[in-house]
Amino acid sequence: MSDVTKSKTTGQVRILDAEKLSTEKPVTLWGTARRRLFRRKSAILGIVILGILVIIAIFAPWLAPYDPQEVLIGIEKVRVRQAPCIHLLGCPADQPQHIMGTDGNVRDEFSRMLFGARLSLIIGFTTVTFAIIIGTVLGALAGYLGGWVDNVIMRFMDVLLAFPSLLLAIAIVTILGPGLINALLAIGIVSIPAYARVTRSAVLTTREMEFVEASRSLGGSTLYILFGRILPNSMTPLIVQGTLGIATAILDAAALSFLGLGAQPPTPEWGSMLSAERNQVFTAPYLVFYPGLAIMLVVLSFNLLGDGLRDALDPRLAMRTK
Amino acid sequence: MFTYILRRILSSIPVLFGILAVTFILARAIPGDPCRAMLGEKATQAVCDQFIHRHGLDKPILTQFGIYVTEIARGDFGESLRFGKPVTTLMSERLPTTLELTFAAMGFSIFVGIPLGIISAVRQNSLIDIGTMVVANIGISMPVFWLGLMLAYVFALLLRGTPLQLPPSGRLSPGLSPDPFYVVWGLNVTSQGLLSVLNFISRLNMLNAILIGRLDIFWDAFKHIILPAVAVGTIPLALIARMTRSSMLDVLGTDYMRTARAKGLPRLRQVMKHALRNALLPLVTIIGLSLGSFLGGAVLTETIFNLSGVGRILYDAITARDYIIVQSFTVVIAIFFVVLNLIVDISYLYLDPRVRLD
Repeated sequence: MSDVTKSKTTGQVRILDAEKLSTEKPVTLWGTARRRLFRRKSAILGIVILGILVIIAIFAPWLAPYDPQEVLIGIEKVRVRQAPCIHLLGCPADQPQHIMGTDGNVRDEFSRMLFGARLSLIIGFTTVTFAIIIGTVLGALAGYLGGWVDNVIMRFMDVLLAFPSLLLAIAIVTILGPGLINALLAIGIVSIPAYARVTRSAVLTTREMEFVEASRSLGGSTLYILFGRILPNSMTPLIVQGTLGIATAILDAAALSFLGLGAQPPTPEWGSMLSAERNQVFTAPYLVFYPGLAIMLVVLSFNLLGDGLRDALDPRLAMRTK
Repeated sequence: MFTYILRRILSSIPVLFGILAVTFILARAIPGDPCRAMLGEKATQAVCDQFIHRHGLDKPILTQFGIYVTEIARGDFGESLRFGKPVTTLMSERLPTTLELTFAAMGFSIFVGIPLGIISAVRQNSLIDIGTMVVANIGISMPVFWLGLMLAYVFALLLRGTPLQLPPSGRLSPGLSPDPFYVVWGLNVTSQGLLSVLNFISRLNMLNAILIGRLDIFWDAFKHIILPAVAVGTIPLALIARMTRSSMLDVLGTDYMRTARAKGLPRLRQVMKHALRNALLPLVTIIGLSLGSFLGGAVLTETIFNLSGVGRILYDAITARDYIIVQSFTVVIAIFFVVLNLIVDISYLYLDPRVRLD
């Protein structure tokens, strides 16, 4: 009896020893990448700004003091394009508080700004997801199959790249008709070539590796090898391109809205909010300043994060610091 | 060397063809009746029949494409519904404004961006370097139209009455309308073709002002172009500064730079003659690629600064749903873009001896 306990204890001691021996965590790509990412101040700044924007986007209905589309005529004593009024900064208490003033339709600008964060992030993610899915499939097929498939796909991508991107997007939306969904579609189409190119070159390098050959000799089907083996191993450049791509997509979408081709009023979208008040820049500059600043911040956060990810995920750099 | 140039020219032909195909498909994708989409809802049946016949819209689709390509090759883009003028005339009227803006913006981004990049690389991690990179990161994240509006607000309103005040709209102060240089020179031009070329050149205000020797007009035009050029040039400037920095850092770490240092060359000579020349190649590529950004920026900026260029006409055409203008300007700008990139590629011959030897 006591023997058994003893052997149990010794057994446990042995297990503990074994655990002690293997305390050093295995080095993984993601572990190294995370450490390297958090070592960069600019990337942290990007993550912080993005985090704040995501929180604002999620909790917009609770954070916003007003309904973003509610016209306040007759409800409150406010004028059209009322200058910002903050009680803490000496605005008279009998006047309703509007941190960023009211817009040309007497709506609370601050509430509209908060809801705009939602739209901006959705715009960025949906267009890039759309472009990544199509671009990846096209690029993977071109890279893996080669030959005429490669030629046809990549020459078509070259043609799309030959247009200045904003211009092609403008041409597409003019024909599809203005509207947020069409603008997103246009920006998505315009950004497909970037992902197709990145995927193709990643697939070309991965294709010749031994684990792919092993999979092929085990009788894996083409589709399985391509989407199950090669693509997961070519993800890193896509992640970097995707993060930077969100920044471009948000900027382009704002530009289309500014031209009246994107989000239509009364949608609280930053680009169209700015566009609606642009002739008031000399009389009510705050209505132009805040939406633009918000666009800049969201784009900046994705740019900083993307740059950080590029350095963090680059295996050559990772080797050097190890 | 000639084979290289020839190969590059030949390889851009399929791309040009592709551009034509894409714009052709886009034009055919307009929902509804193509005639009424192009000429407006009020077009009568007789006018429509004539339009359909003229553009061969009743023929098979491949024949239609053939007609489309030959029309463009002849420079015939049709007539704008909104302006009641041939598109080609509109282009020759509007292009000089945009060209002037693009060159000014390009000059600003190159002459400010490259020195900033060089200083950042040479003084890596100094205050100037960190400052430049922070500004560059903010620069590539700014919406062009917002920057334009904010510049107009600061320089036209906040700084009013100071020497830094700048005009926020137009190309020249009201009342100034300089004669074209060929009139001032007393040239008697009879050829219609030559006249349109001379008119085109005379619409480049700054060049025209120099040609007629009116420095006051040149200065006025220059002051008007500063704000839009800065707005359009900021994103490319940020890209150029970043690229110059990283490209210079690569070169500064090479062995021949160590040799240059070891043999005691002055620092300025090391940087300018040995490093910069070799760092230029990726820069030329970036500048070529930013041309799209300049053109896109022009569309957004001309509207803000009230410049009647190509961007402005495109904006008006979008609002009026004038498909002909949108389509033909897209084709022309895309072709222009391909040709410029071709020139960039060919310029490698002079910048990189290795390309010449291949």
